[in-house]
Amino acid sequence: MRLLPAFLHVLLALALAPLLPGVINRTKAWFGGRHGRPLFQLYYDLAKLARKSAVYSRTTTWVFRAGPVIAFASSALTVLLLPFAGQTAPAGFPGDFLLLIYLFALGRFFTMAAALDTGSAFEGMGASREATFSALAEPAFFLGLAALAFHARSISLGLIYERMSWSTSTVAPLMLVAAAFFVILLIENSRIPFDDPETHLELTMIHEVMVLDRSGPDFLLIQYGAALKLWVMAALFTGILAPAPFASYGENLALALGAQGLAAVLIGIVESTMARLRLARIPQMLTGSIILSLLSLLFLLRPFA
Amino acid sequence: MIWLLPGIPLLTGAISLLRIPRSWRRALLVFAAVSHSALTALAFRFPDLFASHGWLALDKAGHFFLAISSVLFLITTLHLVTDCHYLSGSETRSSDWFLATEPSATLAACLNLFLATMTLCALSRHLGLLWVAVEGTTLATAPLIHYRRDSSSLEATWKYLVLCSVGIAVALLGNFFVAAAGGEHAGLSLDSLRSNAASLNPVWLKAAFVFFIVGYGTKMGLAPMHTWLPDAHSEAPAPVSALLSGALLNCAFLAVLRAHAVLAAAGLADFSKGIFVLFGVISLVVAAFFIVGQGDYKRLLAYSSVENMGILSIAVGVGAGFGGLFHALNHSLVKGGMFLLAGGILSRCGSTSVRDARGLSDRARMVAGLWLTGFLALSGLPPFGIFFSKLAILKTMIDGGHWLLTTLFLAALAIVFIAMSRIVLLMLFDKPEKGFPTQRSRIQLDTLAPLLLLLLALATGIFLPESVGDLIRAAAQEVGL
Amino acid sequence: MTNLWIDLLCLLLMLANFRMLGVSRLGACVRTAAHQGMLLCLLPVLVAHDFTLGLVPVVLLGLIVRGILMPRLLWRAVLKAGVRRELVPEVGFLFSLLAGVVLLGLCFLIAQPLQADQATARTLALPVALFTIMTGFYLIIMRRTAAMQALGYLVMENGIFAFGAVFAVHEPALIEMGVLLDVLLAVFIMTIMIHHIGREFDHLDTDSMSVLKD
Repeated sequence: MRLLPAFLHVLLALALAPLLPGVINRTKAWFGGRHGRPLFQLYYDLAKLARKSAVYSRTTTWVFRAGPVIAFASSALTVLLLPFAGQTAPAGFPGDFLLLIYLFALGRFFTMAAALDTGSAFEGMGASREATFSALAEPAFFLGLAALAFHARSISLGLIYERMSWSTSTVAPLMLVAAAFFVILLIENSRIPFDDPETHLELTMIHEVMVLDRSGPDFLLIQYGAALKLWVMAALFTGILAPAPFASYGENLALALGAQGLAAVLIGIVESTMARLRLARIPQMLTGSIILSLLSLLFLLRPFA
Repeated sequence: MIWLLPGIPLLTGAISLLRIPRSWRRALLVFAAVSHSALTALAFRFPDLFASHGWLALDKAGHFFLAISSVLFLITTLHLVTDCHYLSGSETRSSDWFLATEPSATLAACLNLFLATMTLCALSRHLGLLWVAVEGTTLATAPLIHYRRDSSSLEATWKYLVLCSVGIAVALLGNFFVAAAGGEHAGLSLDSLRSNAASLNPVWLKAAFVFFIVGYGTKMGLAPMHTWLPDAHSEAPAPVSALLSGALLNCAFLAVLRAHAVLAAAGLADFSKGIFVLFGVISLVVAAFFIVGQGDYKRLLAYSSVENMGILSIAVGVGAGFGGLFHALNHSLVKGGMFLLAGGILSRCGSTSVRDARGLSDRARMVAGLWLTGFLALSGLPPFGIFFSKLAILKTMIDGGHWLLTTLFLAALAIVFIAMSRIVLLMLFDKPEKGFPTQRSRIQLDTLAPLLLLLLALATGIFLPESVGDLIRAAAQEVGL
Repeated sequence: MTNLWIDLLCLLLMLANFRMLGVSRLGACVRTAAHQGMLLCLLPVLVAHDFTLGLVPVVLLGLIVRGILMPRLLWRAVLKAGVRRELVPEVGFLFSLLAGVVLLGLCFLIAQPLQADQATARTLALPVALFTIMTGFYLIIMRRTAAMQALGYLVMENGIFAFGAVFAVHEPALIEMGVLLDVLLAVFIMTIMIHHIGREFDHLDTDSMSVLKD
């Protein structure tokens, strides 16, 4: 009975993930008074990339070729662990949130390793930044999930999100975790106050610089993997704010999908209204999100909460 | 009528803040001082005229401390008028008036306001109002310390302002604790607290007292919160130091006593007494430590104030009500005189360091003689009043069987006496390396006020009027001692 | 339902504290303190069971003094002193933030036995009020500039006010105003002193003020 919606969710994620960047772009375009790219631009891009062939530098090794594949595979695997619309994930098990975090870490590690493999100083710089910031983002993510796990008294993602309940005593901690997750969502998906997905030239960028040498199907995997990662992180974020409140599955699904769209709009708004942070400020913001997660844990540890 | 007591200095202070001629300011100051002491004296004779009004009332304890402040203020004003250089100075006009007022104008205005807030402290029968008044004294005196407008006085002012403001903010927390202890009906007025004393929550009340003694104790100069005191007292001009030491510390002392009275009414006197003893002993020890080898005679006096606040605190702790309050009176008179003398020495020797003041007996015989007399009075030699107040405290201590405390007390007093006498003798009789201009032998006006104060201190020892003794006893009883 | 609003308000107050602990610009700190002061004035309104019209002038006055007047004064003094406004802290901001978390945990511990029977027992109000006081203390002690110390005093006063609001201490309006006036004057005199310090030392570093000692 629960198997069917679970696989539907995986299909939905795979199908709809490239839509989120489109929504973000349209929001930004609307703020800028432009018409903007088509909503399905990423689909067109992916289709175009699929038709091309990849070019590899002679200095690179197998690490460079393995990078995008592993990055995509890890992102795709996280989809299997993601509870959605109040339903457990197809591959959920107790303690799966650890696997989720480490799958992200694995993808990131191989993206960085592949970037270093090119031997370009430019890409190496991006990798070093990615390593620094993810080292700070990970504890925040970890602590936030720990707080949620504590709240639900369970260590499986499915139950954590199923038992999400907003009451007077949990408002404060849940809001804090949500805020922390939003910051992590932005940094992990290289969105604006931390990184600029548009730029390919600025020295401050992080993620884009690591994939400069990519072409053809490799780039497709990277783009698609990034979209999936955005989908998963956004679902973790919206899952807190919009826990499945309805009795019928259809309504819950509609709400969850709507929430995903709204999250994309929210990212678009943030990207349109904020300037990119100075590089030195980024660790501060990340520390801030660690603090938010810590506080939330602290609040939940209160005896009467 | 009771409103007149803080009202007149408040009004004169406000007027003094305006741009008015210097001589007017002086006249206003004199008027405020004279009228204040006249009213305070009048209140002894006709208590009905000063019936309580709202949260203001002239109870015995308040009246006692009010009288001390009033007398000291009057004599200090006399000093300011006879020793003119404090209140004169170049009249500067600037666009930003408050930032650039000439020091003498600030001095006159803030002294008036200081008197007003001090009076309010003594009169208030409501813990909230008391807090407002004590914080008011901090604010009124901070500009006074910055009188010299140089970097070191600025430093002293900043320390004083930040430390005391923070300290008093802690006391506000204490107020809230008392309010929480009493619930809705008890409020913060001393009378209603007393009538509801039985229903007050003891845990909250104890916590409140700790906040009070830390908060107001900062202002009172109890160690280890005393660190602002030597700086402020040594940097302020002499008359201000005299008032700070003689009157301001007493105000804070009264505030702590009021808190103690609430606790005593609720049957928690033993708790607060224990804390008084603790802070008293720490103050005594710290003061003794810093007095030994002190190279600055104004700081010496400041640490002596810390020591005496410690003595007061111990006196309250062992239950020596009469001795404690009598000691407060004596200390105010003597220390006021000493600080005024220190100002005289400073103007003759040009520095507050003991080294520069050597050979004082040859340079200024009158000042030197008074300085020695003041030192003897301060150390508690008979027949000065301090001898009798210390004796009273000691007697209570011994009667109560506090042997360890007595030993500690006497040891600290002995150390302070030896250290201070060494410094004073050095100042009086040691020969400086280089010569100095010989002093002309004429009556020196600036020794008049210290002389008066020391004579008063002598009078309290030789002949204490029965009425004053009764007042002190009644005051002590009122604050739960 | 009111508990929910109190909790949300306290959350904002607490985040304001963390912002002041973690931010490097004095201007941002002063603005945050101002916002905190404004938000704070809602607390008595939320806590009060019976909202009376008599509360309005006190709340409004508090709003003006805490939220607008005092931060403005302070900021003006800093501008007039003409000093660098970027803070160079003794301890890193990261450390300050973590210290903040530790302090907050401490406040939860302290608040636990105190939360007896007042109306806000099950909310965050008491720990957050205590935390605000502690933040003020922290700023005064750890940030060695005159302006930050004045700001710390402001924050501490905010916390004490919140503490009073938590216990619904209703002092007579006259005394409430007296307290407010005192605090305002204290900040005013501090700003004058900041002006003098800026002129005397060319910066607001209180470390240079260490001539007086034994």
